[in-house]
Amino acid sequence: MDLANVTRDIKRADLLQMYFYLRLTRTLEDRVTALYRQGRIVGGVYTSHGMEAIAVGYASALERDDVIAPFHRDMGAFLIRGFTPGEVLAHYLGKRTGPSKGKDGNVHMGDLKRGVIGFVSHLADNLPVATGIALSFKIRGERRVVFTGTGDGGTSRGDFHEAMNFAAVRKLPVVFFCNNNQYAYSTPQCLQMAIRDVADRAKAYGMPGEIVDGNDVAAVYLASTRAIALARTGGGPTFLEFKTMRMHGHSEHDPAKYVPRELLEEWKGKDPILKAEYLLNQLDYGDEAYFHEMGERVKKEVEAGLEFAEQSPLPDGPEVLEGVFATEDEVAS
Amino acid sequence: MTTATAQTEVTYLEAISQALDEEMDRDERVFLMGEDIGTYGGAFKITDGFLAKYGEWRVLDTPLAESGFVGAAIGAAMMGLRPVVEMQFADFISCAFDQITEVAAKNHYRWGAAVPMVIRAPFGGGVHGGPFHSECPEGWFFHSPGLKIVAPSTPYDAKGLLKAAIRDPNPVLYFEHKFLYRRIKALLPSEDYIVPIGKADVKRAGRDISLITYGAMVHLALEAAELLAQEGIDLEIVDLRTLIPLDKDSVYESVRKTSKAILLHEDNKTGGIGAEIAALLAEDCFDHLDGPVLRIAPPDTPVPFSTPLEEYFLPKVSDIVTAARKLAAY
Repeated sequence: MDLANVTRDIKRADLLQMYFYLRLTRTLEDRVTALYRQGRIVGGVYTSHGMEAIAVGYASALERDDVIAPFHRDMGAFLIRGFTPGEVLAHYLGKRTGPSKGKDGNVHMGDLKRGVIGFVSHLADNLPVATGIALSFKIRGERRVVFTGTGDGGTSRGDFHEAMNFAAVRKLPVVFFCNNNQYAYSTPQCLQMAIRDVADRAKAYGMPGEIVDGNDVAAVYLASTRAIALARTGGGPTFLEFKTMRMHGHSEHDPAKYVPRELLEEWKGKDPILKAEYLLNQLDYGDEAYFHEMGERVKKEVEAGLEFAEQSPLPDGPEVLEGVFATEDEVAS
Repeated sequence: MTTATAQTEVTYLEAISQALDEEMDRDERVFLMGEDIGTYGGAFKITDGFLAKYGEWRVLDTPLAESGFVGAAIGAAMMGLRPVVEMQFADFISCAFDQITEVAAKNHYRWGAAVPMVIRAPFGGGVHGGPFHSECPEGWFFHSPGLKIVAPSTPYDAKGLLKAAIRDPNPVLYFEHKFLYRRIKALLPSEDYIVPIGKADVKRAGRDISLITYGAMVHLALEAAELLAQEGIDLEIVDLRTLIPLDKDSVYESVRKTSKAILLHEDNKTGGIGAEIAALLAEDCFDHLDGPVLRIAPPDTPVPFSTPLEEYFLPKVSDIVTAARKLAAY
C-alpha cells in the first residue's frame, strides 16, 4: 500500500476507526467460537476470521443511507451499521432481544432501518435482491448505493450472473464483491471454475472488474470508495474481487483438514489486523501501547455484550406463530 | 389498454389490464417488470400501451432471467415500491422458485422486512400449450408459509383481486387462467373496488352437494350444475378465489349445510389443494358428512400436448356429473 495514497485518500480518524472495528470483529467472533465450543451456542458458526478487512473496509466506505446486503463473513459490516455485540450475541444465543427475536441464527441478521439486508443461506440469493434495491434508488432518483457480495463459491450460482447482468444492462447503482477465500466449504477454487481471477467474470457483463488485496483494510476501503463513487454518479456497477484466505473451517465444526497447512502458514503472515497495525505504525498513527489499549476496549465491549445477551430472555414457544405475514404499517416508505 | 366504463363488457384479460393501469395511475410506487411486457406489450398483450403511458422505469423489459427479476422485485419491494412482475407463463415460475420460497416468503418472518409484491402467473391448460405452457404450479407454493395465493375465475374477481394483491403488504402470487383470458366477459363497476384476499365466493347456491373449486374449473362446475339440476341434484359451487389464506369458514359453512363435498381442481391430484381441504373436512366437519369426500383432478402426469391426450387429462363435465350422482346416492 502506497502511504501517500493512504494519507491523501483516508482520514486518520477513519483509518483508526477501521482498526477498532477489525479488533472488535475478531474479539467478538473469537468469543462466539469459544461459546460454540463450550456448547453454549447451538447451530452453525461462520466467522470472518482472517477476512475481517473486507467488511470493515467496504462498510466504512459507504454513506449512512446506503444499503448493505452482506455476505455471511461480514460481521464488521453489522458492527459498523450499529449492531451491538450484545445484539449479535443475543442473536447467536437465540434470545428474544436479538434482531430476529430467535427466528433465525448465526449471521442471519437484518434491519431495514440500519440499511442491512438479512442474509440468505442460499449463496448469491441476495445479489438479485440488491439489484432491485438499486433499481428502487434509480426509479426514485435517489443518490444511494447498495453494496453486496458473495464468496468464490457463490459466483457459480445463476443468481450471481442474473444479478450482475441485469444491473449492468440498467446501469444500476450497485457494487458487487467476491470474498475469494479460495474454498467453497471443502472445494478449492480450481474445482469451482476454470479461471484464476474471479474478477474476470465482470468482463462478460460489461462492467469493470478489479482485484483487491482483501486482507488490507486500506486497499479494500479505497477500491470500494472508487466503485461507490462510480455507482453514485450513474456509472453503473463494479465487481471487486477481494483475495483472501479462510483461516478457519467453513463452520466452526469443520477442522478443514482439506486445506494444506503451508497455505494457512503463508496467510497467517498476511493477517488483516497485523497488516493494519503495520500500516498505522508506518503512518505514526498508532503504536503497541495503542493497540493494546484497543484490545482492552473491545474486550470490555464484548464482555458487556455477553452479559446483556445471557441475561436476555429466550422467546416463548408460541412466538413461533408470530410474523409470518406483514401488516401495512411495516412497509418501508 | 382499456378504459373502464360501466356500459362496456370487458374480458377477463381486459379486467387484469384495467387493474394494473388503475393501480399504476393511483399509486406511483407501482411498477412492472417482466419479459416482453414493454415494447411488445406482453405475450398476451396485457400491458399493451403501458410503456408509452408510464415510461421505461415503470414498465421494465427484463433479461430472460426469472430468478433475477423476481429477486429484484423483492429488493424494490423492501424499499417500499410495489412491483408487479409477470411470468410469461406460470410454468417458468420454477426458475424463480428459490427467490419466492426462500427470500420473499421468509424475509418478514426472519427479520421483519415487509415484501409488498405481486407475481402474475398465467396458468392452466386447455390451450394446447403442452408440458411447459399449461402447468398449474400453485400447489408448489401452497406449502410455503409467508406467501399469499389468489386465483380468480371471473373478470370481476380478476380485477378486484389484482388490486387487493397490489395493495397487500405481502408477496402475493396471482394465478390468472389463460383459458379464460378472452372467453368470458362481464360488466364491471366503474368505481374503484377490490375483492378482499382470503374470501371465498359461493358462485351458485345449492342444497345437496358442495363443489369446492377455483380458477377455470369454476366454469366447468357451473356447466355441470345445470345438467345435474335437471336430475334434481342441486350443487353449491364454492369458488375459493384465495388459496392462501384459505377461507375455511366459507368451505365449512357450505359443507355443514349440504353434508357432501367434491373437490375439483386442474392441478395434479396427489398432494394438491383438494387433498388439503379433504383433510380439513375430515378433521373439522366429520360429524356433518353423509358421504365420502371426493376429488376430481388430472392424473399425476405432465400436461400433454396432443388434443385427445389433453382432453383425457383435464377434468370434464361428465366427471363432475358422475361424482355427483355417486355422492347423491348416500
